[in-house]
Amino acid sequence: MRARVIVSLKRTVLDPQGKAIHHAIASLGFKTVVGVRQDKVFEIDLNGVQDAGAARSEIERIAREVLTNPVIEEFSFEILE
Amino acid sequence: MKFGVVVFPGSNCDHDAFYVIDRVMRQPVEWVWHETDQLKGFDAIILPGGFSYGDYLRTGAIARFSPVMKAVRAFAEGGGLVLGICNGFQILCESGLLPGALMRNRGLKFVCRHVYLRTENNALPFTQRLSAGQVLKIPIAHMEGNYYASADTLDELESQGRVVFRYSTPEGAIDEAANPNGAARNIAGICNRAGNVMGMMPHPERASESLLGSADGRGIFESMVKALVSAPSSRLAETVHD
Repeated sequence: MRARVIVSLKRTVLDPQGKAIHHAIASLGFKTVVGVRQDKVFEIDLNGVQDAGAARSEIERIAREVLTNPVIEEFSFEILE
Repeated sequence: MKFGVVVFPGSNCDHDAFYVIDRVMRQPVEWVWHETDQLKGFDAIILPGGFSYGDYLRTGAIARFSPVMKAVRAFAEGGGLVLGICNGFQILCESGLLPGALMRNRGLKFVCRHVYLRTENNALPFTQRLSAGQVLKIPIAHMEGNYYASADTLDELESQGRVVFRYSTPEGAIDEAANPNGAARNIAGICNRAGNVMGMMPHPERASESLLGSADGRGIFESMVKALVSAPSSRLAETVHD
């Protein structure tokens, strides 16, 4: 089984990297872009998990306890296959 | 009295910290390997700067799960002095021993230069040899030193006197121009509620001899030595266990 976890800075936290990327995009003349946020994506392979429910609870714990710093970040995830 | 300097894979200010305790303070000091799971006999632990575990995932995030950090948590709960410098500060925040987080610098660049710090609390084991409001010239060298915490947490830190150092002008004024990394309210160092765990982004171990351009950091180590002379924390910890 494979899961994808996306970790993002909370909306209330300034993302200086996203801002710099936005500036670069704007300097190329893409005038429609009004904001950029940079996230992190983790693809996690699981083996021996009984069902999608068990996978979900395992991935949720991993995301909460390891992949995310709850002070500044939040996460979402999906089970891919 | 015995100091310990923790060595993580990727620590690179560990030798500077060890040198200052050994040769400048002339106090007993030992290396503490990151796989160690107990800290018996130590009175103060320094988490040095560097790039523990390559700063993978987030700065300090992997170090938080190392065996030594479980021991550091127990050591801190027993009253032992813990000083986290730069990456050590980041590790203390990731571990939850200090509140908040260190984010990417506002200017997105690694900043390596001397800055000025105003002493906001000189009643701690780490600062008792400094005077109130004393301005220290100490270098920073980091990419993630932009201190962030919720407004409530920042208010709590301020009202409890737990903001220990702020980035300032040489005259001690706190303004945006003196803030090298975008840190909330110019915060450069904080402590826990009990006052025995302190984290700071600037490097006092790189400013403890005038030959290095400033000896202002020395007061922090002298304060720790003074605190341990009057009450060695390993004894405090033993009392707690009894």
